[in-house]
Amino acid sequence: MILHIVNKSPFQSDCLNSCLRIISPEDALLLIEDGVYAALDTPRGLASLAPAIPVYALEADCRARGILDQLHASVKPTDDHGFVELTLAYAKSQSWF
Amino acid sequence: MQEADKSLLVVVRHGPYQGQLAREALDAVLTAAAFEQPVSLLFMDDGVFQLTPNQDGSAIDAKNLATMLAVLPMYDVDRVYVELDSLNLRAISPESLTLPATPVGGHALRDLFVNNAHLLSF
Repeated sequence: MILHIVNKSPFQSDCLNSCLRIISPEDALLLIEDGVYAALDTPRGLASLAPAIPVYALEADCRARGILDQLHASVKPTDDHGFVELTLAYAKSQSWF
Repeated sequence: MQEADKSLLVVVRHGPYQGQLAREALDAVLTAAAFEQPVSLLFMDDGVFQLTPNQDGSAIDAKNLATMLAVLPMYDVDRVYVELDSLNLRAISPESLTLPATPVGGHALRDLFVNNAHLLSF
């Protein structure tokens, strides 16, 4: 239904929490820019997210930050092509910034 | 939701004087209204500070945003919503707001995102 895009670190901003108040299992979450820090296995990250929701993280942003091999097991890395595919697969996008 | 559904939800999540976001959100809403497109406006997170009384933008050489938002009813923009949790967290009472806004939370909040065909974030 909705692709939620978060670009802020959960340690710096409440964006992820705002997103989580809206998100539902028919949606997906894409982490980009500093948002990828939410993909780390920390209490501020995805621990609070229902496992039913697919979570993606932009691979280049993870690689740039040196965290690609530290992502929470439920997170699927994706590239720019995957980003575009996701925007097509979901009816609409909501950016949380 | 059908192909021709042009309904728009404008999501406002930033304070009134943080860059140009608040002005741009208002421009988007007024443009949609001018073309008679169905537009809803949701204030959440720091966006609720846009609706608090006694703002004086002149103190920082900015236009008074609350005054600008007051034109919305004249453009028949009457679907204005405010997230209840965001108000509560900031100790703002719904009665004090400068625009008539419907407090929403839970399923009603989610439904705004689901039932509008297009989402714009500011």
